[in-house]
Amino acid sequence: MTSTLQSHVIAGMLANDPLLSGEVGLTTLLVVLIKVVVAFVGLLLSVILMVWFERKVIADMQNRFGPNRAGPFGLFQTIADGMKLIFKEDLMPERADPFVFKLAPFLSLVPAFLTFAIVPIAGSFNDGLDGVVTILGQQTFMQVADPQIGILLFLAMSSLAVYGIMLAGWASGSKYPLLGSVRATAQMVSYEAALGLALASVLLIAGSLSTNAIVNGQAGFRWNVWMTGLVPFVIFTIAATAELNRPPFDLVEAEQELVGGFHTEYSSFRFAMFFLAEFLNTVTMSAIIVTLFFGGPSGPTFGLTNWVGVYILPFFWFFLKLLVFLCMFVLFRATLPRFRYDQVMDLGWKLLIPASLGWFLLLVAVRVGSDQGWNLVATGLAAVAGLLAGAFLLILSIRASAAKRAAVSLPGEGT
Amino acid sequence: MRVEMFTFLLTAAICLAGSAGVVLLRNPVHNALSLVATLFGVAVLFIQQGAYFLAAIQVIVYAGAIVILFLFVIMLLGVDKAEGLDRDPILGQRPAAIAAAVAILGLSLTALLSVGSRVTGQASTLAAIDGSEPNINALAKVLFTDYVFAFEITSVLLTVAVVGAVVLSRKAGSAIDVAEFPEGTTADLLQAKHDAAAVEEDVPEEVATEDETPEGEAETTEEALR
Repeated sequence: MTSTLQSHVIAGMLANDPLLSGEVGLTTLLVVLIKVVVAFVGLLLSVILMVWFERKVIADMQNRFGPNRAGPFGLFQTIADGMKLIFKEDLMPERADPFVFKLAPFLSLVPAFLTFAIVPIAGSFNDGLDGVVTILGQQTFMQVADPQIGILLFLAMSSLAVYGIMLAGWASGSKYPLLGSVRATAQMVSYEAALGLALASVLLIAGSLSTNAIVNGQAGFRWNVWMTGLVPFVIFTIAATAELNRPPFDLVEAEQELVGGFHTEYSSFRFAMFFLAEFLNTVTMSAIIVTLFFGGPSGPTFGLTNWVGVYILPFFWFFLKLLVFLCMFVLFRATLPRFRYDQVMDLGWKLLIPASLGWFLLLVAVRVGSDQGWNLVATGLAAVAGLLAGAFLLILSIRASAAKRAAVSLPGEGT
Repeated sequence: MRVEMFTFLLTAAICLAGSAGVVLLRNPVHNALSLVATLFGVAVLFIQQGAYFLAAIQVIVYAGAIVILFLFVIMLLGVDKAEGLDRDPILGQRPAAIAAAVAILGLSLTALLSVGSRVTGQASTLAAIDGSEPNINALAKVLFTDYVFAFEITSVLLTVAVVGAVVLSRKAGSAIDVAEFPEGTTADLLQAKHDAAAVEEDVPEEVATEDETPEGEAETTEEALR
């Protein structure tokens, strides 16, 4: 074990980030610290605004005023609610598992924060700048970390987030939370597959796992949303909504069936943590969608390379794109009725996973064809024909199994 | 103390505490959680060795999928109570386990002490880190050129295992007995149940409220059909 090994390790963790490639001094540490604090505070602020925004929009759509007491336009309502939750009595059910009951909110909250570390929020991607900015004389990226594994960190964190919900339901020692968490786990594990397969299409186009490289490859409006042919974006967005347990996939906390779902028994600050994690995840997921499919902070900078072109304009583009997706999630919640549980599972397993896999194979065929110099039209047609045959077989097998089940189960019942 | 030593000691402690927890704790859910702690510690050790991809896969596949499935089964089957550990299911299991553990420990220690650092894999790890390209690219290159056949064979093996598990778990010819279910569509049955509830409302002494249990529902439906 030498010190060269250690510097390799640190450089590898932050990969292409030029910040830690040279000598690691006090200034470097200071820059890292600034980035962490800015990301943390920015994310918390955005969550507070997101809660207010969602309540206001939904109230408007239901002909209500929404929060309008605390502060101008009710802006401080979230802070007031947070204060209220902190001072409420903290209850724990008698049959709860004390350690796991206390652990679960943290397991929910921490992955939500960590995922945001890989999202680039500013930095010019024009004029060959590649998103590099200079803070205190140190060159760096406008993201907390750019690890080699890049976007895999997002997948790892979203698979860890399942634990928070699952253990919260189990540790409550109560019937409805357990049912809610079993539902949540099945749903999140199912849709993670579709999420990963849709992601694979983006990685095929980008040729890198690093979020900085993915954004850099989309500079000049070569956005992945049309470079991958729209289908992966649609699948990713649907799977992301299911992964967030937001409507229309909020069976986890379906009030009519499960009281409050997995957090029924939680009160006071522990409940606030679940609430916070839910909205953190919404903001982070929107940011990930923007990064993967809409070029993150890249956009026209009008040839400016000063602080306006490096910080203000890219952040403005990023924020604008982020806002579109936050609006989308709010509108989903305001307008779409909840799915039935078997519909959720059917959509995930029988439509989204095969479709994302098939589209990925199509992109791979076209990619190999262009690398080998084959006739692209013929390659594409052959791939489409193969996929159609596969889809036909899949539909046949689904229908056969449905018919078989209908023959033996209660007449008139679908499942 | 150097940073890497500190990281190693901390993660090693987490790994060992986790594995001790897997063996010693009484509640299956706590066992599974201890396993997650161990897997997480191993992932950190992978990062320390420069194997970033392996660390990510460790978290995504083992912690994110396999242990989740363990927990899912534990919760679904409701076996999350402390198990009776006084009696072994297999005769002589405990002495055999102790003997095997001692044998494996002895073997590992002998290998470590006689061969030295080669068995720890230190040499190969250092060689990998010296390369300038990310280890994801290096891994992919090896996996899809030199070892592509072994890789594909492994994936076919896994698919066969899944299909086999599905086939084995389905009992042949054990169709559900249609006769034990009442005739009519679900809508008809619900309508009949609704009518029955409406009739029962006239009798205040009788329990006209909804019964939560499935058995209760079945009884109501049967009464409605009579």
